[in-house]
Amino acid sequence: MTYSPAEMMAVVAARELRDGEVVFVGIGLPNLACNLARATHAPRLLLIYESGAVGAEPERLPVSIGDPSLVTGSLMVSGMADVFQCLLQNGRIEVGFLGGAQIDRYGNINTTVVGDYARPTVRLPGSGGAAEIAIHARRTVAISRLSRRAFPEAVDFITSPGHRMRGRGRRELGMPGAGPVKVVTDKGVLEVEPDSGELLLSALYPGVALEEVRAGVGWPLRCRAALDTIDPPTARELHLLREVLDPQRLFLKA
Amino acid sequence: MREAVAAHVHDGDTVVIEGFTHLICFAAGHEIIRQRRRELTLCRLTPDLIYDQMIAAGCARKLVFSWAGNPGAGSLHAFRRAVERKGGGPLELEEYSHFGMVARLCAGAARLPFWTLRDYMGTDLPAANPSIRTIECPYTGEVLATVPALNPDVTIVHAQRADAEGNAQIWGLLGVQKEAAFASRRVIVVVEELVDQSVIRGDPNRTLIPGLAVDAVVVEPWGAHPSYAQGYYDRDNEFYVGWEEISRDPAALERYLEAMVYGVPDRTGYVEKCGDLERLRAGSRVCAGVNYGY
Repeated sequence: MTYSPAEMMAVVAARELRDGEVVFVGIGLPNLACNLARATHAPRLLLIYESGAVGAEPERLPVSIGDPSLVTGSLMVSGMADVFQCLLQNGRIEVGFLGGAQIDRYGNINTTVVGDYARPTVRLPGSGGAAEIAIHARRTVAISRLSRRAFPEAVDFITSPGHRMRGRGRRELGMPGAGPVKVVTDKGVLEVEPDSGELLLSALYPGVALEEVRAGVGWPLRCRAALDTIDPPTARELHLLREVLDPQRLFLKA
Repeated sequence: MREAVAAHVHDGDTVVIEGFTHLICFAAGHEIIRQRRRELTLCRLTPDLIYDQMIAAGCARKLVFSWAGNPGAGSLHAFRRAVERKGGGPLELEEYSHFGMVARLCAGAARLPFWTLRDYMGTDLPAANPSIRTIECPYTGEVLATVPALNPDVTIVHAQRADAEGNAQIWGLLGVQKEAAFASRRVIVVVEELVDQSVIRGDPNRTLIPGLAVDAVVVEPWGAHPSYAQGYYDRDNEFYVGWEEISRDPAALERYLEAMVYGVPDRTGYVEKCGDLERLRAGSRVCAGVNYGY
């Protein structure tokens, strides 16, 4: 069965989630991944959106992080002061999802500017909750498509800290969470090497050559000693994504 | 609305129109544009389309924010033109993360000078914004981040309903409206429905902002369109998607403002010109209610 890179990314991200975990959900592929996990192996996954919906069970595909369908039928609706203080800073979030225009060798993520901060070439939206999610969630999973532009050696601006920031590590800086332990791309999965804090290739998708991954990364990418194999999407996963979760292909387009 | 904005929003003011995706008061933003307010410091977690319009209309001197995108649809191009100096601006920026903005309003609401949070270590945000600082905890010695209180001159909150005294009830996403209202010197509450005080008293836990904190109440049905009001109408997502094309072209944006803001006298005129908004009318999911007896 054929499938798109976006479908593979959603499936791989969904498989990262364990049943019963508390997840801070972003819109787009992370939302699809979480709802796919809930419909398959993780029915007790608890979805929290930074807009304040706790235990959301959206009956339609949310088009934004503040979609009204996240409220209807949820367990609780919190104000945002409670979201950031009582839930995130309190240590209740087990997994956070992050995306970004740029992700670098040490998992630092930039969603602020391309170029100089004061005179940017491209002004991006900024942090939103990403900085504190990267600091506090017990672990984060980043999702991004490979390209030299998106995976530079060093990001132009650190919005969300990874594993080494200007030479300093997370523990030294007092961060509670483990940071972006995995990066789900369109060709394979990168994982952090604990000692160096560097992202290594840990798995290739079926039919992808190592050189294709290296071509989309702006630093000499190293591979973990043994690469994992990742099964392609199952018929059930594809059915759920295409027919139930995103029938209009809003986020599954490419 | 005309009287409320004339009385409470002045040139040079620090203005907050809050609402996280939900209950964004476009009606107030449009009236501020129509009254040609200038040199405003606009603060919001998510500037959204309304601040993009106010920036394009020349109302803003400065933007204080944490996420400036068109949620789920693209960019805010008037904002980007100003910051990237491509024909817009100048626009001064003061940038935080969501938690930082929330913390600033918590400090403002509590009338403290600053708020502490465990945040920003390892990020470049403190380098970009010198107001993000640190303090050593006097109890543990831990170094914590601090952000200064935000005390707006005026905060505008859209609510589903309030009584004539401004006791405002909100359900659905609550955002940071309560903190913003209490942090502010003046507060305008804009509602879908004005209700008798007995309705408020019948469900007091639903009141987010009490009338004692409110300076003006404005009744403006559909006042949050193209944003949404839970239980009243859905977000006009087509408009959000369409904004990408309008805001990308300064002439198209100007035509939009001419037609839908300057070209109408008030919100009623806007609603008439929008045409069929009934397509957005909310379905019914009424909750069971609780027993307040004793």
